[in-house]
Amino acid sequence: MAYTEEELKKELETKEYEYGFYTDIESETFPNGLNEEIVVAISKKKEEPEWMTEWRLESFRYWKEMVEPEWANVHYTKPDFQAISYYSAPNKKPKYNSLDEVDPELLSTFERLGISLDEQKKLAGVAMDIVMDSVSVATTFKKTLAEKGIIFCSISEAIKEHPDLVKKYIGTVVPQKDNFYAALNSAVFSDGSFCYIPKGVRCPMELSTYFRINQAGTGQFERTLVIADEGSYVSYLEGCTAPSRDENQLHAAVVELIALDDAEIKYSTVQNWFPGDKSGKGGVYNFVTKRGICEKNAKISWTQVETGSAVTWKYPSCILKGDNSIGEFYSIAVTNNYQQADTGTKMIHLGKNTKSTIISKGISAGKSQNSYRGLVQVNSRAENARNFSQCDSLLMGNECGAHTFPYIETKNKTAQIEHEATTSKIGEDQIFYCNQRGIDTEKAIALIVNGFSKEVLNKLPMEFAVEAQKLLEISLEGSVG
Amino acid sequence: MLKIKDLHAKVEDKEILKGINLELNAGEVHAIMGPNGSGKSTLASVIAGKEEFEITKGGVFFENEDLEDTAPEERAHKGIFLSFQYPVEIPGVSVTNFMKTAINESRKARGMEDMPANEMLKMIREKSEMLDIDRKFLSRSLNEGFSGGEKKRNEIFQMAMLEPKLAILDETDSGLDIDALRIVANGVNKLRSKDNAVLVITHYQRLLEYIVPDFVHVLHDGKIVKSGDKALALELEEKGYDWLKQESAV
Repeated sequence: MAYTEEELKKELETKEYEYGFYTDIESETFPNGLNEEIVVAISKKKEEPEWMTEWRLESFRYWKEMVEPEWANVHYTKPDFQAISYYSAPNKKPKYNSLDEVDPELLSTFERLGISLDEQKKLAGVAMDIVMDSVSVATTFKKTLAEKGIIFCSISEAIKEHPDLVKKYIGTVVPQKDNFYAALNSAVFSDGSFCYIPKGVRCPMELSTYFRINQAGTGQFERTLVIADEGSYVSYLEGCTAPSRDENQLHAAVVELIALDDAEIKYSTVQNWFPGDKSGKGGVYNFVTKRGICEKNAKISWTQVETGSAVTWKYPSCILKGDNSIGEFYSIAVTNNYQQADTGTKMIHLGKNTKSTIISKGISAGKSQNSYRGLVQVNSRAENARNFSQCDSLLMGNECGAHTFPYIETKNKTAQIEHEATTSKIGEDQIFYCNQRGIDTEKAIALIVNGFSKEVLNKLPMEFAVEAQKLLEISLEGSVG
Repeated sequence: MLKIKDLHAKVEDKEILKGINLELNAGEVHAIMGPNGSGKSTLASVIAGKEEFEITKGGVFFENEDLEDTAPEERAHKGIFLSFQYPVEIPGVSVTNFMKTAINESRKARGMEDMPANEMLKMIREKSEMLDIDRKFLSRSLNEGFSGGEKKRNEIFQMAMLEPKLAILDETDSGLDIDALRIVANGVNKLRSKDNAVLVITHYQRLLEYIVPDFVHVLHDGKIVKSGDKALALELEEKGYDWLKQESAV
């Protein structure tokens, strides 16, 4: 029987979150609430040096004075920051050299997510630094990387093993008091990844991290720091899924990228956190600050595929400080049901001949709201700065919304800025055309969405592109209207 | 192969088809002609299973099976192909990718494995040569920025790739210049065989000079008012549709 709009809607409603399950791993969890004692306790738990504890406390004091931002085009019940537990770690702490040593239940969790470590190890040549809740539980390929002088470890480990590097760079791109969530993260970050590529080294493999939120009522505060020294290159992949939950889970990550002279960083994200159920209940709040700085001739590319979270607030940005530096932002943001996303980028042109490219693809279905918010800023000394922005929106059904907020500020007459925007809708005619060729409605939507997203999907590393394509299909199944 | 029995269909509350009877056998080419608004395109859409049309009486039977509860994609799997009057654009999806998906979905429905890539390539090469299609064309986004002629040629290319049992050509000649018309018609003729049937829907007799029908039916106000052989098409060309309208009003 052919689909009617009603049937499609019904099917959409019965679509459950694919990765909605909960792994019962014993955890050590702090009591709810946040105060200086908790901040100190987190730092102690992680055996951090005093400077780090002080840095956290300083951040906490900034945070206390700040208020939650309200300018984003999202509406939600503000989290009660005193009702959240700020530390949770899988109980068995030892690091593993091989998979055999890892908790089998954890392994089966990853398998259900389709992330077989075994497979990953064999196939892709991807070194994995898996973050389960907050503490790294497995790191692979470390030896290969070490031979090139590449450091890829958890941020906690880096604080202990490479304090000079961390001290020199942490907070330099996203200062402690940059914004409310960045300040919170700086105070309570639990763990995250650290990566350093030495001068002139091309990282031989894609570095990747899988994030997961797995502890009821636990906010997760990841901190990532990637430093590409002069003339080096690294491609970093980040992907996440989370179990289904009733209560809202707060996630406030900070990612800082530093590309020194002639260096290049490619940072790719696939995000699939629990978006809430069909009535908009539950789901992850994702308030992320991601920013990179480019020195002379350096290049940073952000590529993201965002399908999850109930509320997203995220603007991976580039500060183009050095002359001839390049910033790129490629994004696909999908929202369905009651999801809300306010996402985009900031390109700050400070150096001469700096270039930036923004390609943003928003796909809205159900009753969701999807906003692109971007800033292109050209400083007075940024001679010959160039920007090209393209924002495309694809709508499914009549109850969702797509919004574009492009801000352009230029203080230099030589700047060249282009902005293009389109809005389209998946039509019954397109679907029927595909149906007539033997392609069913689900597949037709996947095909149309993939076509729409192609420019961005093409920017992802191969193994990630496949996963991202799958995610797009899962997120939008049955959502045409 | 195709039997249409006393078919009545409406869109919203407007009855458009008012009792159509038609039978197509394998190896035959039938032409449906008629003035604008007579229900030609509706008939094509109803056979293909477009949802906005509701069958109120009678039915469409394909290989003795009532199609009423058959989804459009299942009809396609059974071998029904519609060349659209206005082919739809799908940005970012190449002609090749679209064809690959369509062919493999149909194969899946028949319990077959995906078509091996080399076989697919060979087929694409053959069919594009047959229709004088530039290979570069196949990597372009489906119908996006295509000229009218390119769109129609692309429809026939898809028909050639999918090898349907029943092909319905809905106003395939509209928007084609004479050279393009010849290429498209040649393509269709090459695809004709004793095992398949073609239903040509057209306003003008022009296309029928190239795709010669075995039977011609004239549709007026939702009914077939006259049937005959190819001579009927010529008669229509000469006299126009008015004499038939008068005849059927009686």
